[in-house]
This record gives sequence, structure tokens and C-alpha cells, in this order.
Amino acid sequence: MRFKPKFRWLPTPYRSVLLFVVWLLLNQSVEAVHVFFGILLALVIPLLTLRFRDPQPLIERPMLALRYILRVFGDIITANAQVAVLILGPKQRLNPAFVRVPLDLQHELPITILASTVSMTPGTVSAEIYPCVEQLSEGEVLPQRWLLIHVLNLKDEAQLIAEIKQRYEAPLKEIFQC
Amino acid sequence: MQNWIEWAVAFFLLLGGSFVLIGSIGLTRMPDFFMRLHGPTKATTLGMGGILLGSIFFFSLSGGVSVHELLITIFLLITAPISAHMLIKTALHHKLKAINKTKGLDNVQPAQSKQHSRKPLP
Repeated sequence: MRFKPKFRWLPTPYRSVLLFVVWLLLNQSVEAVHVFFGILLALVIPLLTLRFRDPQPLIERPMLALRYILRVFGDIITANAQVAVLILGPKQRLNPAFVRVPLDLQHELPITILASTVSMTPGTVSAEIYPCVEQLSEGEVLPQRWLLIHVLNLKDEAQLIAEIKQRYEAPLKEIFQC
Repeated sequence: MQNWIEWAVAFFLLLGGSFVLIGSIGLTRMPDFFMRLHGPTKATTLGMGGILLGSIFFFSLSGGVSVHELLITIFLLITAPISAHMLIKTALHHKLKAINKTKGLDNVQPAQSKQHSRKPLP
């Protein structure tokens, strides 16, 4: 994991790009004025807000991150279709369950992204992360953490855990190099 | 406006509308809170996506480009999992009952094992 940015005046490069794109989308134009203001805001806002945040790991593999986003988009569409079928189908046949997924990730940001992804993808909603960091005393080593998820229709627990780990957690580990 | 654009707009609006409807049906039909949460978090995302796509098509062809609907999609995608997470966390904290056939209930730990020291009110 890398926390130090390459340039001090550009602490979070991809967030700057995102801000720039959002600014252009809000204005719906690529005129010189808006481009200029977009660049200005994209440079100034991260610098101003840098001190409000804990240091966060930087994205090391942007192409992989893009692929991850596209994959999640695809999964959202299949997830919607699957959940729609489950909702309209007979409800006696559903097998809801709570499942614990052991996490290899340690930092908050990748875990947050993983939990959000799990919430958006087929039949699972992430519920809780154990143990809470707030419950640990100062300086204590982080133990193995778990992600508690609620599954709408559980078929095979081991397969589900393996799929989450291989499909979503492995690329996140690559992206943040941790 | 050409004919096929109208078809596309109608298709996306219907698709989005039906997914939002299915999400809402899920909200009433499922037996317990945890299962009810699945409908609104997922089916609604695609539903809104469909409606916004219809909006992009419609306004792009009746004069000028209209792409800031994309922003709504992005914000929706960011906020939906967060709100679902907050809701389910609160439900666990209040120890809401899940239906009996729910498996793995022993995986749920009490949300706070450590008691907060709270000052008595004066």
C-alpha cells in the first residue's frame, strides 16, 4: 500500500480527474471557461480537503480499477434480474442466511469498496464488519476481520465465499497493492 | 423526433418502471426486514438507471446534449449500498427477528460487546 502521492500538489490524482469530469457534466459543455474552472477546482479542492481525511491508500493499477468498475456494472445488471426473479418467485423456496466472509484486506477504504460491491451484486447485502476497530485498544494489532453478509437465497456457502474472494477481493488487493 | 427514438425512450421508461415496481413489491412481499432490504437496494438501482437512460435519449434529441443524468446514476450507485448498510446495521443493533429458517444466525455478534460508560443524567 502506498500513501505518499507522487507530487505534493496533486495528492489524489484520480479524485481530481473525477472532480473535473463531474464539473464538466454539471455544466454540460466543454467550453474553455468550464474546462479552466474544472481544472482549477480539481486542483484546489483535494488540497483544501486533504487535512480533513485520514491518509488513504492510492490506486496503483488504474486500468485494473477501470476493469473492476465495468465488471461491477455488468454484475449489477445480472443482480437486478436475479433478484427480480427471486422476489416474484415463491417465497417458501428462499433460503435466507447470514454468512461470514474472512477478509484479507486490512485498510478501511478497500474494505468499504468491497462491502459496497457486495451490497450491489447478486442476492447479498453486507451487514457488518467484525471486529470493530473502535473496540480495540490503542496500538493493538489488527486481528483477522470478517465481513458479515445477508444472503437472500443461499445455495452453497463455501462457493459463495470463494466467489466473493476471487471475483472482488483479489482485484481490489491488486489495485491497492496490499 | 424519429420513430425509433420514441420506441427507445418508451422501452427504457417501461424497463425502469417495471424494475422499480418489482423492488417495491419485494418490499411488501418478503417476510422479514433483512430480506425486504434486498429489493430496494438492487432492483431499484437498475430501475432508476433505465428511467435516466430514457431521459438522456429524450432530451438529447429534443435539442442539445443532456448528460448530467449520468451524475444521478453515479450518486445513486454510491449512496444505495451505504444506506442499505446503515439500515441493516441498525437492524442488527436492535436485534430484529429474522424468520426462523434463516441460517447462520450464530454468525451475528452483538453489535457492541463493550458497554459505553454513560454519565447519569443530573
